[in-house]
Amino acid sequence: MEPFKTLETPAIPLALANVDTDQLIPARFMKRPRAEGYGPFLLHDFRRDAGGGPRDNPLDDPRRTGAAVLIARRNFGCGSSREAAVYALRDFGVRCVVAPSFGDIFASNAVKNGVLPARVSEADAEALLASLAVAEGRAVRVDLAAQTVSAGNLVAPFAIDPVWKTQLLNGWDDVDLTMAEQPSIERFRAQDAKARPWAGLVG
Amino acid sequence: MGRTIIDKLWDAHVVTTRADGTSLIWIDRHLLHEGSFHAFDQVSRRAARVAHPELTFGVADHYVPTRGRSEGIANPEIARMVRQLEDNTKRAGIRLIGLDDPRQGIVHVVAPEQGLTLPGLTIVCGDSHTSTHGAFGAFAFGIGASEVAHVLMTQTLWQKRPKRLRITVEGALGPGISAKDLALTVIARIGADGAQGHAIEYAGSAVRAMSMEGRMTLCNLSIEAGGRLGLIAPDDATFAWLRGRPFAPKGGAFESAVEAWRALRSDDDAEFDREIGFEARDVAPTVTWGVSPEHAAPIDAATPDPAEIADESRAQAVRDALSYMGLEPGTPLNAIRVDRVFIGSCTNGRIEDLRAAAAVLVGRKAVVPGLVSPGSLAVKRQAEEEGLGRIFREAGLEWADSGCSMCVAMNGDAVPPGERCASTTNRNFKGRQGPGSRTHLMSPAMAAAAAVTGRLTDARELLAGRA
Repeated sequence: MEPFKTLETPAIPLALANVDTDQLIPARFMKRPRAEGYGPFLLHDFRRDAGGGPRDNPLDDPRRTGAAVLIARRNFGCGSSREAAVYALRDFGVRCVVAPSFGDIFASNAVKNGVLPARVSEADAEALLASLAVAEGRAVRVDLAAQTVSAGNLVAPFAIDPVWKTQLLNGWDDVDLTMAEQPSIERFRAQDAKARPWAGLVG
Repeated sequence: MGRTIIDKLWDAHVVTTRADGTSLIWIDRHLLHEGSFHAFDQVSRRAARVAHPELTFGVADHYVPTRGRSEGIANPEIARMVRQLEDNTKRAGIRLIGLDDPRQGIVHVVAPEQGLTLPGLTIVCGDSHTSTHGAFGAFAFGIGASEVAHVLMTQTLWQKRPKRLRITVEGALGPGISAKDLALTVIARIGADGAQGHAIEYAGSAVRAMSMEGRMTLCNLSIEAGGRLGLIAPDDATFAWLRGRPFAPKGGAFESAVEAWRALRSDDDAEFDREIGFEARDVAPTVTWGVSPEHAAPIDAATPDPAEIADESRAQAVRDALSYMGLEPGTPLNAIRVDRVFIGSCTNGRIEDLRAAAAVLVGRKAVVPGLVSPGSLAVKRQAEEEGLGRIFREAGLEWADSGCSMCVAMNGDAVPPGERCASTTNRNFKGRQGPGSRTHLMSPAMAAAAAVTGRLTDARELLAGRA
């Protein structure tokens, strides 16, 4: 996985709370193979009207072309465990979501796809959403090592689980780490078969 | 110092812990549905093998038709989703409860019915409502596709020990008040992100008094409060429910398992990171009015007025929700008219749910169209034996086959744009039941009452003199 260091791009202000993963990618698009790219379906029904025509929205604003940062309100990515929500963000070009809180499964899915869930205070989220730099589509800077998001004169610190931070900075892959643990897994299984004989499957 | 049930389950599954505190945990059961194709693709890309097909089960539920099943699936894209699951499980030697299997149903209804769900197990599935299995004292949680791939390849997952939250509910729920009303009350109080980062233990006399079906509804909705998982310590009700299930231990092995399972409870001196208490008598019939499960209120309340909310971002969220739902501030909830009802889902598609809905509907006619999709074909057969299927049909509702159906609208069962649905499901998100759909979440009895009156209704009014 590609390591995450810093970003310097315009940001998309999405002044909404509880942006659930059903909104991030509506279920009807999830039958498609990932290879086709999920970017066009990101927040599809927010960006398009019932007839498929464009709605005025910050994602398709030409001032923000190439934006890799999205700023939102609390509980971003709540709901369904669908990793397709992260695929849609990633394929659209988003590498960092800044919000006061995240759905747990979403945040975990994000890290596994190299997308940084950066947790800021509610006050800083509001300040970023209201910032002139963000409104005008000027570049904001995300620095993972320093754990800051900067927009104009505003520098907002963000929180990230230290394990996830290391993983993102290094682009580490879980499966490789686990394969190295095979002896511990075998040891656990031998011991566990005695401790919990009822846990095995019959039939 | 004592340990909570959450700690006991966690400790029993830790393979190894890294210096950074992340643990590799062993997964006892892995459940798959049609959405698993992304994970199988990842396994193929690595040219890896499924490590433990014998601990993995597939169930077709998200895309399966609930009507006209004998004619096959007309939509080729949907048919491909069901076939992909068959192909992927077959290739890996994974047992599948597929479309044509008499055990078919929603994975979170089927796994307990089959005894795949047991106390003390870690259970994962690429579905956030996996928390349902916690009703049996299992450590069960939803995961994303990359984690599904990781479990397929290794039967383990890297996880952080969750924080522990105990929600204690004392007293007795009033007549006509169900686990759904309690869960919505909890979510409305603590918020849709109130339990983020936490595993929840539900405790107290009201929880102990619940049937297994009620406990599954309560644990199912843990994710809607943001919880990583929700669970209830197993007791005699749990053991009685599981005895004799096809994949549960048999005879003496079951009895010795019960002895071990009795230890799966929080010690008296165990400490939780957070504790929240509720009084069961305060729980009213509850419905949602907005676009998040936290937008829930008692049926005798009214929609909120954003002008009375001081915090601007919260006021804006309420304005946005009311606008999407087509509702004015201050509208009495029991004046809201509905266009249709849906009874089913992993939240409320079990036999007890169907009985509660039928108790309202018997001898009455629905004034709006409605679909009833049992949680499994086993539930459907039992409901028909009890005469419930006939009650739904005579009320004018459609009595269908089992699947996720109109809860997630993946199989073509959808609420048309702009229509308002009284629904026993778990999410009132924008567009969840189909583009432009408007969802009001409630219990099965409340959905049945809405079918009869055509508006959100306190089911107790229709149950008076009946129970």
